[in-house]
Amino acid sequence: MATLTVHGVPKSFGKVAVLHGIDLSVADGEMIVIVGASGCGKSTLLRIVAGLETATEGRIVISGADVTRLEPAERDIAMVFQNYALYPHMSVFENMSYGLRIRGVPKPEIARRVQQAAEMLGLGALLQRRPRELSGGQRQRVAMGRAIVREPKLFLFDEPLSNLDAKLRVAMRAEIKRLQRRLGVTSLFVTHDQVEAMTLGDRLVVMNQGRAAQVATPMEIFARPADTYVAGFIGSPAMNFLPATLTEGGLGARIADGPVIRFADGPRPGMAGRALTLGIRPEHFALGGPLPLTPDLIEPLGSETVVHGRLPSGQEVTLRLAGMPASLGTLEIGIRAEHLHVFDGETGLRMDAQPAAALTPAWQGG
Amino acid sequence: MRKKVIFPQVGLPYLLLLPQLAITFVFFFLPAGQAIWFSFLRQDAFGIRTEFVGLENFVELFQDPLYLDSVWITLVFSFWVTALAMSVALGLAVLADRHIRGATAYKTLLIWPYAIAPAVAAVLWIFIFHPQIGLLGKFLNGIGVRWDYKLNGTQALITVIVASAWKQVSYNFLFFLAGLQSIPRSVLEAAAIDGASPARRFWTVVFPLLSPTTFFLLVINLTYAFFDTFGVIDALTKGGPAKATSTLIYRAYIDGRVNLDLGSSSAQSVVLMLAVIALTAVQFRFIERKVHY
Amino acid sequence: MMHGPVATIRAEAIARAEAAAERADTARRRADWLTHAVLILGVALFALPIWIVLMGSTHDVATVSRGEVPLLPGPYAVENYAAAWTEGSARTTRVPVSAMMLNSFVMAMLIAVGKIAISILSAYAVVFFSFPGRLLAFWAIFITLMLPVEVRIFPTFQVVSDLGLVNTYTGLILPLIASATATLLFRQFFLTIPDELVEAAKMDGAGPLRFFKDVVLPLSTTNIAALFVILFVYGWNQYLWPLLITTSADVETIVIGIVKMIGAEADTEWNRVMATTVLALLPPVAVVILMQRWFVKGLVETEK
Repeated sequence: MATLTVHGVPKSFGKVAVLHGIDLSVADGEMIVIVGASGCGKSTLLRIVAGLETATEGRIVISGADVTRLEPAERDIAMVFQNYALYPHMSVFENMSYGLRIRGVPKPEIARRVQQAAEMLGLGALLQRRPRELSGGQRQRVAMGRAIVREPKLFLFDEPLSNLDAKLRVAMRAEIKRLQRRLGVTSLFVTHDQVEAMTLGDRLVVMNQGRAAQVATPMEIFARPADTYVAGFIGSPAMNFLPATLTEGGLGARIADGPVIRFADGPRPGMAGRALTLGIRPEHFALGGPLPLTPDLIEPLGSETVVHGRLPSGQEVTLRLAGMPASLGTLEIGIRAEHLHVFDGETGLRMDAQPAAALTPAWQGG
Repeated sequence: MRKKVIFPQVGLPYLLLLPQLAITFVFFFLPAGQAIWFSFLRQDAFGIRTEFVGLENFVELFQDPLYLDSVWITLVFSFWVTALAMSVALGLAVLADRHIRGATAYKTLLIWPYAIAPAVAAVLWIFIFHPQIGLLGKFLNGIGVRWDYKLNGTQALITVIVASAWKQVSYNFLFFLAGLQSIPRSVLEAAAIDGASPARRFWTVVFPLLSPTTFFLLVINLTYAFFDTFGVIDALTKGGPAKATSTLIYRAYIDGRVNLDLGSSSAQSVVLMLAVIALTAVQFRFIERKVHY
Repeated sequence: MMHGPVATIRAEAIARAEAAAERADTARRRADWLTHAVLILGVALFALPIWIVLMGSTHDVATVSRGEVPLLPGPYAVENYAAAWTEGSARTTRVPVSAMMLNSFVMAMLIAVGKIAISILSAYAVVFFSFPGRLLAFWAIFITLMLPVEVRIFPTFQVVSDLGLVNTYTGLILPLIASATATLLFRQFFLTIPDELVEAAKMDGAGPLRFFKDVVLPLSTTNIAALFVILFVYGWNQYLWPLLITTSADVETIVIGIVKMIGAEADTEWNRVMATTVLALLPPVAVVILMQRWFVKGLVETEK
């Protein structure tokens, strides 16, 4: 059983810094999903843990042992690659057993482990096939099998589902989740797909430009995104962001060229006129309210309808409404204030409501 | 271009490179360097004293009318070998590329001359061109044309050109066919829908798209004609009659092997090297350009 | 019912279209036929020199020397080939073809195998390692592309004779192995091996030699086969270099042997020369035709 700790790991390729000192601590048996747009450094982080890249500084600790200077093979980890990286000239059995053979595991033990993994993955009948004789999903399973037979301390998944078609991806996602639960192996899973991240991870690391923007459970990230990047990345259709200013006493916000929205959960710090960004998810609008919306595209999805439109200020807004709106003309919409997210207009960081007692803005008090 | 994943071992790559680098050094850099060095030297008649003479060997070479003849012969010879081998190959490739039955069979039947040594090809053509025992040679003499490539310089040149070109056609054919087959069908179909006639389609669409292959083959064929045809010439005419088929490479051989003129043959080697380097440079420039396609 | 005139016009249009289609079909058939005719002519023209030699090799020396140029087989096939094989040319060189064939075979095999061996190793070093001097090593090998052996033949001869390697297989073969084409082909191929495969092997605990043996070598078989064909033909067909480096019959190759066999033409036993020619071109032609698939692929890729 294993834990993983990443201590302040930065990484640069030449002059380009791709990681800025990541810290991460993974509990035994936990599934951590690292998610972010391409180029955010998520794969680099995974590869540093794997030992395929060397960190510029910092430490990688697996179960208390510092592995920072060790070769990948010495770290007792297994990795599933995006393109599976199966040896094309080896059979399924040979692919799965290659690592064990190199390590000199006795033959009967190899056979037992491969057999067990193959049954678990439904590959029993395919052991003598070559990778090119397998479907995408089967190849994916072989890649998983190769990791499983090693019985490693740590599983690393590098976007393993992105080469599968949509339907298979959903099925394999569930399968990976079940397997990981069953085997209880500590895992790191990299993806750019927010749905994969939300469904697979015990906790997520949302990465943005080489930094961990937020590390939290999926629901926490959805309910209380740490900044506008995280807020916009998680959730589909994406959250709407409206520029606004803080009103007197911090009790509400004035939407640019629009009405004042009163915060439901308490005042925000700062002087009146402080620049804010209000975040509101498409499903958190209500029909009937102070904002006139001119729809320009309506996407009926059956049980709900997605409406794209503009406010008088020209601000684009996306709404998700139950059923179909009665009229397709200008809609009067309102914001359900209890679902409003407030971010600093300059830094994009989340601003939580302050207890009424401490109204002095933190940034003024120092 | 290089891989991002590498092995960290330090000594091993040198060990892996050692055999090739050793052979390359001893049999490539050493001789090439010596050739350049010797081309500036001259030995006296007894081979005892050697003195540095600067560019004199080169000056002498280019003042020697026989050498200049050799240059001219090489150019004529190379032009015709290249033109013949490439045009015949292109014609056959265009035909074989038409989607007719048995296209692969034709391919098999046309590629095997690639495997025949130039010298052996020359022997084969003896039985066509020989004035007494050759099919065509005997026929020509029979109808009153005086044909003997061992006596007539022009006829000798024709003979070595045909034999050399014959062997090279299959190589060109393979590349032209590969080039033709890599032209997307849709482009040809678009041209057909635009109403272009087959001939027009060929000259306005196919041929321009084939130009990288053509250019590449041009360089390869010239190199072939310059150097690899030594066997053809040696087996058919031995450079004669009266040096009529003595190309640069043949002359370098005679001067080095028979006349044992170290300075001159080194200078000739250097000239040949420069010729190849020029050809290769042209080819590289072209490869660079190809990147932009 | 349709209107009379309209129906007529339509019928005419249909008839016209059908006639045009038929004309096009005829034209296409005629073009196909013409294509076949020209290709067959081309193939025949190509084969003619071989055919003449093949037929000539089954006649006696007098028939050929009289210049009859037989186009049909004669009765002396077994005799001629047996004589050539065991005795060679009785009146000129007297080296048995079998001995020269063996020399050619050894030379071609050693060149092919040797070149593949040193090239695959150096390409592996250049692609999968990072070390000081990597670029220099690559260019040192790459630059040999510029100068074929024919160009530097005398200086090379000088070096080989200084090393005392004249009339040896070593002297015959090593200088022909120093070339970059095979190295470049392997390098090209190695660059297409996905990075992830190397990473997976690292994860599995394979070191560089293990990875080479278990993954790179098996994946390279097609390329090795293709190169083998090209290099075997290249080795078998060498002429100028063996001509210089071999003066003893012990290492004489068949390609040199044939030309020497012709000698002064008055004495030439043309029928045996013809039989020898057929024997000389058989191995490389057989290799090319039997391994055509790899050969074509390899050829087109080496030159890319």
